[in-house]
Amino acid sequence: MSDALPRGIGRIFTDPDPDALRAHHRKKSKGMVPKVTTVRTAIERFVQDGCYLASGGFGGVRIPTALLHEVVRQGRSGLGFAGHTTTHDFQILAAGNCVDRCDAAYIVGLEMRGLSPNARRAVQSGDIELTEWTNAALLWRLRAAAMGLSFLPTRSMLGTDTFVQSAAVELHCPFTGKTYAAVPALSPDIALIHVHRADPYGNCQIDGSTVADLDVAAASRHVVVSCEQLVSSEQIRSEPDRTVIPYYMVDAVVEVPYGSYPGNMPGEYYSDETHLAEWLTVERDPQAFAEFLQQNIHGVEEFQSYLERNGGIDRLRELRRIELLIDAGEES
Amino acid sequence: MACAYNDMELMVCVASRLLSDHSMVVVGTGGPCAATMLAQRSHAPNLVAMFEAGGVGAQLEALPISVGDSRTWYRGITSGSMADTMNALARGQVDYCFLGGAQIDPFGNLNSTFVGGSYDKPKVRFPGSGGANDLASFAWRTMVITPQDPRRFVEEVEFLTSPGFLTGPGAREAAGLPPDSGPYKVITQLAVLGYCPETCRMRIESVHPGVTLQQVQDASGFELLASPALAKTQAPTEQELELLRNEVDPEGLFIRR
Repeated sequence: MSDALPRGIGRIFTDPDPDALRAHHRKKSKGMVPKVTTVRTAIERFVQDGCYLASGGFGGVRIPTALLHEVVRQGRSGLGFAGHTTTHDFQILAAGNCVDRCDAAYIVGLEMRGLSPNARRAVQSGDIELTEWTNAALLWRLRAAAMGLSFLPTRSMLGTDTFVQSAAVELHCPFTGKTYAAVPALSPDIALIHVHRADPYGNCQIDGSTVADLDVAAASRHVVVSCEQLVSSEQIRSEPDRTVIPYYMVDAVVEVPYGSYPGNMPGEYYSDETHLAEWLTVERDPQAFAEFLQQNIHGVEEFQSYLERNGGIDRLRELRRIELLIDAGEES
Repeated sequence: MACAYNDMELMVCVASRLLSDHSMVVVGTGGPCAATMLAQRSHAPNLVAMFEAGGVGAQLEALPISVGDSRTWYRGITSGSMADTMNALARGQVDYCFLGGAQIDPFGNLNSTFVGGSYDKPKVRFPGSGGANDLASFAWRTMVITPQDPRRFVEEVEFLTSPGFLTGPGAREAAGLPPDSGPYKVITQLAVLGYCPETCRMRIESVHPGVTLQQVQDASGFELLASPALAKTQAPTEQELELLRNEVDPEGLFIRR
């Protein structure tokens, strides 16, 4: 057990200077113009080798699966990654050997489902450099960037090895003298976020928990949104209180029905536990896993074919019933 | 008449009794969620469950698989955001939280980051804190539900992911953590453990039916003290087991594991 150090020894992977983000935003287009594109083009354009990426949602809930598959398909590597409760999303990127550094709050696990053998191999080999955080610490790092600040103070992590392996610095409150961990602003180069509805300009609605997605979007230099449904701007404007992510944060919009599969999409479909279990099983054997990836990601032209491969419309209908707790009785 | 029950059912029932009515608990999936649902259906109908991704006050009909999935705000009060939950914890509105881990030490410090090797090249990497460190830092009373064996109950955790009493009395406050918050109970398949108020060291508070004090001690890698008010755990009642099996987890997703 270690005594609390005044400064964590982890590396800061992104520039916390708010003026760098301000300069970026000054130049970024505020034009309310249609931004609809394809998955392939969006990833080609906004995810470069070596950039720092964040994914929205909560690991196996409302995750941008279609966009993440494309990152793997296009063979991106050397990515930094914000791992706040990342489960299947981290698993996908680890499968593609895409990540070489990661701000880790929750990685390699899939909550109740168990641990990903392949993601563990990737981390245990030492190939991915980690700086350790907590979910709240990462959230507040994103929020600091979103607020145009270079850090926020928190009492999380104090007294622990999590602090030691983080890049936080202890400081004392000028008003009360209390001890805080200052956590540096985190501004990802690119955020990939899946939402329920977006208009062509990128105004987004989310049903259910917004998790940390407004902070993720606001903190990031670029944002690619995939949506279950593209809707008219009139629909957005008829209920403006429902807009979670406004267009000026968004660079590209892609319509991908079932784009969070096999993750849960609140109100639409539940997580496909059978398919997620298949990932965990097949990962035990690297050879079999390579074939699995070929069949499900590399050898698949688009996300629709991945859905077809794994049960298609019948399975998705089942997942909708599970999500809505509809007991349909026995169908003959 | 004594009913047959398994270890998980026993732990869930015991944990459930420790949750008081009209309080707020941040729960994880599995055991903690089952304990909360059982409490709500028995002695604590006004107990409110809050989940890490934002869900508050769900009238849980089905066990969530993720602490962010749509079950966590099913017929709830709000679906919220992660910041809503973390801020409620930080400002002192959360009475209880439940945690687990690969290792726990006599002061209730938890390791869920790695065992073996080094941080940079661990033998076995676990998920890390997730929200566990945040919960352990801020909830007034932290409860742990865990299987008990000498590999888990260790004199010193290899990595201190989430804070218990750190190095002992006054250490949390000295580190800057909120006063009076921290470890409360540890529920295992053998006993309910608490902490000595003077030394902050873990001690045995009640021993489960059919278990001896020696068995509890033998299943720990460090010396467990016995509370002066050592008691015998009440076995799960027929009513508790019925609720657990028929309403909380009818498909046996968790309790039959």
